[in-house]
Amino acid sequence: MDGQSCVMIMNEWDIVAARQLGRHAAKELGFGAVDQARITTAISELARNIYHYANGGKIYIDKIEEKEKKGIKITASDHGPGIPDIRKAMEDGFTTSGGLGAGLPGVKRLMDEFYIDSKTGEGTVVQVVKWLR
Amino acid sequence: MSLKISGIVEFIRMHRDEIMKDWIDRFNKADAQSISAESDQIDQAIAAEYVNILIEWSKNKEDEFSRKIHEFSKRIVQLDWPMDKIAQCLHTFEKILFAKLLEKQIPGDPLELLSEIEKVTSPVNREVFLQYTSSYERTINLQKMALQELSAPLIPVFDSITVMPLIGTIDTDRAKRIMENLLKGVVKYRSEVVLIDITGVPVVDTMVAHHIIQAAEAVRLVGAKSLLVGIRPEIAQTIVNLGIDLSQITTKNTLQKGIEAALEMTNRKIVSMGERR
Repeated sequence: MDGQSCVMIMNEWDIVAARQLGRHAAKELGFGAVDQARITTAISELARNIYHYANGGKIYIDKIEEKEKKGIKITASDHGPGIPDIRKAMEDGFTTSGGLGAGLPGVKRLMDEFYIDSKTGEGTVVQVVKWLR
Repeated sequence: MSLKISGIVEFIRMHRDEIMKDWIDRFNKADAQSISAESDQIDQAIAAEYVNILIEWSKNKEDEFSRKIHEFSKRIVQLDWPMDKIAQCLHTFEKILFAKLLEKQIPGDPLELLSEIEKVTSPVNREVFLQYTSSYERTINLQKMALQELSAPLIPVFDSITVMPLIGTIDTDRAKRIMENLLKGVVKYRSEVVLIDITGVPVVDTMVAHHIIQAAEAVRLVGAKSLLVGIRPEIAQTIVNLGIDLSQITTKNTLQKGIEAALEMTNRKIVSMGERR
């Protein structure tokens, strides 16, 4: 593992900062234009969730290596209210804020691996990985 | 009896040359790489003015004094020194003054001396920083305004056809502006078709898509049609991955195709006047 970077998400412009950092890391790893767009969009969704629901949190971006594979790992962590029903939150079209409800399920489809852990009242951690092919 | 404020000021006045010399020596040492005769002169002038202000402080009436500090601070801001350099300079001055006071064996508790020095310098320093930050705030505000003007421009290209080219990140604030300008423009230019060009939008996530859908719906409600153009291939793929339904919105891949379609929708087309020279 090398070069972890972290962005605090406090306002809307931090989302842009996180996105740019992610795009830069993805480009360095050699991801193509489409995957770069996927990765930045995923970061955008996760960061926006933090900004919107949790009132602040962090996005970590790691370059990872496993056996012969290289990839990028994004961790979004916050100490917000948590998600009461994760299964519901992963359904397409489910939203508590009047949005499209495509955020979390969308992120899962954009990336290769997806882990989510949330405790009501304690916060949420979402970890996603995209492997370089 | 310890030294009071007026005593400190008097001390500065009496030992002004010494203090000034030490001070300037110090900040010459601090930025050794940028020594030029010109900047030396500026440093000297600024230092002299600062010391003058400190000295005159006790004599002057309140508002005249604050006007002086104000002018002085403005000059420093214009020099464009970095904030940390200014802070360091002002701090160095206090240190030198303190060292000088101890050196001349002025009676009194050193701790009290420090607090008296602080009382002399802090109103001036405070004003300098206040000026500095407010001048930066002004610049940022002006840039924000300039950005807002650029954020959602609406261009009438043909009779009843307008284009809104979007470049850069779309945040909540801008999304609101886009919606407002689109609707205003539809009324103002009597547009039948508006084209929203997102060639320059780097990321289309669910929020951006949501705003585009809402804007298109609002345009439909006021009786016009909207076309979404400039969806780059990688953006198209992420939209599909996200599972966003844009089927209610007519899309074209380039602005050119969009304009052709818009002309067609208003029963017109561009024809060639013969061979191109």
